[in-house]
This record gives sequence, structure tokens and C-alpha cells, in this order.
Amino acid sequence: MSGFDRQAQRAIAARKAKGKRPWFYENAEAERVLNVVLALTQELAVTRERLDTLERLLERKGLLASKEFDAFVPDQALSAVRSQQQQDYLSRVFRVMSQTADAADEGASDAASIEELASS
Amino acid sequence: MHAQKQAAISAAAVPPDYRVVGRHAMMPLVSHDDVARFNFLANMNRFLSTQLLPGVKITYEQRAKPRFEREAGRAPATRKEVRQLMSHEAPYQNWSALRRATMESRQQIGRSVVLRQLPELVQRAAQLSANANNLQLDPNLTVPRYISAVEQHCMPGGYSSELIAQDVSPAANYDVGIFATTGGGLGRFGDGGGLAVVEWLKREHPTFQPKRILDLGAGLGHNTLPLAQAFPNAELIAVDVAAPMLRYGAARAASMGVKNVQFVQANAEALSYPDQHFDLIMSCMFLHETSFVAIQKIFAECKRLLAPNGISIHLEQPQYHNMDPYEAFIRDWDAHNNNEPFWTTMHELDLVELAQKTGFSRAQCFETGLEAVVDEALFPKPKKKVEDYGRNAAWYAFGTAP
Repeated sequence: MSGFDRQAQRAIAARKAKGKRPWFYENAEAERVLNVVLALTQELAVTRERLDTLERLLERKGLLASKEFDAFVPDQALSAVRSQQQQDYLSRVFRVMSQTADAADEGASDAASIEELASS
Repeated sequence: MHAQKQAAISAAAVPPDYRVVGRHAMMPLVSHDDVARFNFLANMNRFLSTQLLPGVKITYEQRAKPRFEREAGRAPATRKEVRQLMSHEAPYQNWSALRRATMESRQQIGRSVVLRQLPELVQRAAQLSANANNLQLDPNLTVPRYISAVEQHCMPGGYSSELIAQDVSPAANYDVGIFATTGGGLGRFGDGGGLAVVEWLKREHPTFQPKRILDLGAGLGHNTLPLAQAFPNAELIAVDVAAPMLRYGAARAASMGVKNVQFVQANAEALSYPDQHFDLIMSCMFLHETSFVAIQKIFAECKRLLAPNGISIHLEQPQYHNMDPYEAFIRDWDAHNNNEPFWTTMHELDLVELAQKTGFSRAQCFETGLEAVVDEALFPKPKKKVEDYGRNAAWYAFGTAP
């Protein structure tokens, strides 16, 4: 007996149940984004759990003691690299919010529409 | 990490790790990351009920209700009025949107686990139930519309539709993921309801020894097996209209060594057993998935099939009578938002009155409350009761006794 190929499995697993889907926010787009956020939160939780499993397996096999994780202190150079990575990361996650602030600073000058630019 | 911290965590009674879920030969295989997803969903549900839902009530009491009272000169009187008020309140929108999203995610995760091993599950089910000879399907049965046309609790395909021949996927998905919805509140084998019925019988009717037991809308038999194990000399019939549930249930029972249950495809509205055939008739979270016409026929069948000294018991979430309109509004969420079309009507019915119409006397009818019986070493109960309205592993039990 043959099952479904990977693409079919994805489509079937992601199917919506019959019936009108309720949207709780006035703006359904915002709620779609919230659904994506939930999925990302879930996948991050999975990653953390996987990392935790890895850490504990390393400990169990005597390759690392768990206190080594907590006792680990990065040197100054590594600290700087990590902080840069954090800033990059935050900039990726909060891009849309930093754009809103930019627009407010520029005030009316940002309001030029594509049509205006095209006809100027 | 650190024995103390772990002890502190288990005392807080968060959901246990998914791996405490009972395994049997039909249970789909899960990877590390599938387990992590179920762990996340169980925790997400716990977060929603303990961290966000209280804020919904505060919003009602401190903002929405006083505003209504100022404008109308009275308190909101019905759950519909509360719903109209609350549908505009951000804490309610947030809780609802996330609850719906979590439910949909649970379905997607469970179904993807099942789909990648479906041929093996189908084959194993067929072998196990053929060897046990415990499955009776009726290909001519018409599945009633309240099952065939509704995809209950956002479960794509519902209970009865089949993706492939001899399908078991709806049941496999149900079984592999039920943990996530209740955070383990239904126990290792999802059988906290059946175990609660057993405990209630032993307490309230200690000498009762049923010879024939009927479980209506038994699905995959989660709650049937505890009765079969508690009364090993009894003969049990687990009835359902959905063949995929029964195929999986029969195979699951066989793999768990339970030999005294027959899984029978039939409609509880009209069964072929002779009058007074059963000593015990039960159902767990079944009646709300039928219809107003059906429930009356089902009650009439219960009356016809129950032996004169028999007992019947049905477990459901609490009825709305005399309930505070806010609580009724929250409890009714699943009807509107989780594909449970009969939920509202069923919870407004007077089941005692309905039973009396079929010929039971008022004195024969009882109503009580039951809590899931689970292994508390594995599933610690929260110190403070977690109230996840409509999902609690605690029920209103209704039935008849001599």
C-alpha cells in the first residue's frame, strides 16, 4: 500500500476544517500574522528543546558537565561578536517597527506616492 | 540543570513531558521534534488558560460589564449579551485568536505525524483486529449528517471521512495528539473519563456487576477499555458510526490485551440489540456531537436497551442552567469557534426532563460531577484548579439508576 508523497502530506496536514473560520480581530490580516507568530514560537520552542536534549546527552556521555554551560564566560572579543549578532537579530525581527519610526521622522516628505513620483 | 529546580517545576504542576503518554502498538511513532511540538502545544494551552483567560474575565468585570450597566441600567442577562460586549475587547480577541490558532496547529502536527506512516498504521490495524476478531463494520450504514457534515473541533476530515482505503488516520491523529489539548489531564491513555466512571460505580454501586456494557459514540474506545478491564467477565460493545475510529480502536484494544470489547459500526439512534439487553449504558463526551432529533432517539434507545436494574451514565461538560452569563459565554466558545454546532443546544437541554419523556421516573435520574482519574505521579494536579472552560477533565455526569 502506498501513502501520500511529501507534498501531498503537507497539503493534507495543513488543510482547514470545514465551516466558516472565525476571525477575532477586526483585521484578519493581523490575525493571520499572529498565526505565523504562533508557529514560529512553536518552532523556537522545538529548537530550544532539541538543544536542551543535546546538552543533556553530552553531559550524560561525560563530554561536558552541565555546569560548564552556566560557568562559560565568553572573552571580550566573543562578547562583541555576540552583541553584534544580537543587534542584527533584533533588527531582523523588529524591522517593521523601525520603519514606522523612520516614517514619523520624515513626516510629510515620506508621503510622496508612486503616482506623484512617476508623474514628476 | 539541577535537581532543585526540577523539583520546583514539578510542584508547579505544569504539563508533563509528552513521553509519559502510554504507548501501544497502534500509537503513531513520534520523533524528538514531534514530541517537542506536542510539549509546546500542551504548554501553550496551559498558558492560555492560566495566563490569558483570567485577564479576559477582569476585562469583563472591570470594563465591559460596568459600561453595559451604565448604558442599559442592568447587568448583562444572557451569554449572547456578554459575547456582543466581549467580541470588541482586545484581551478576549487575543485569547480567542491564539486558542483557535493553537487548535489548528495541533491538528496540523498530529496529521503530519500520521500521514508519513499511514500505510503502516493501516496495515497494522487490519492485522491486529483480524487476529482479535473484534471489529464489525457495516458498509451500508449511512453516517448521520451531524458526523459526516461537521469537522468537529477543527479536525479536518472529521471522524468518518477516509483518505485511503481502510483508513485509520482520524483516530490515529486523535490519539497521538489528545495530550496536547488537555496537557495530560485525561491521563496516559486518554482514559480519565472511563476510569472516572469505574471509580464512581465502585463507590456508588459497589455490588454492581454488569454482564453486558454498551458504550455509545465510543470512537477509538479511550473510555471503553477501563470498563472492560474493571469488569473482565463482562461483554462490552463499543458503538460508533465512524469506521476509521473503530478500525483503530479495535486494533488498539487488541494491542493492549483487552479481549472483551467488540467494536461495532452502528448508529446509536437505532440499534439492533434486543430490549433490556445491557446492564450498563454509558457515553463520554458524545451527546454534544449529535443533534436535537438524534439525542431524543438515543435516549429512547437507552430506555429500551437498559435492563430493569441497569445503570446508565453520560459524561458531558456542565449544563448552562443557572450559570452566570459570563461563564456560559466562555463555555460556549467551542460551539462558535471550534466546530461544535450542537454544543450550545445540548448544554441548554434539560437532560433529566428528556430522560423522563422516554419513560424513566424522576427518582431514577441522577446528576453529579466527576473528575478524570489519572495517574497523579505522572500527571501532577495543579495546586490551584486550572479552569479551561469547555476542555476540563471534569464533567457533569447524568444518568439513571434503579
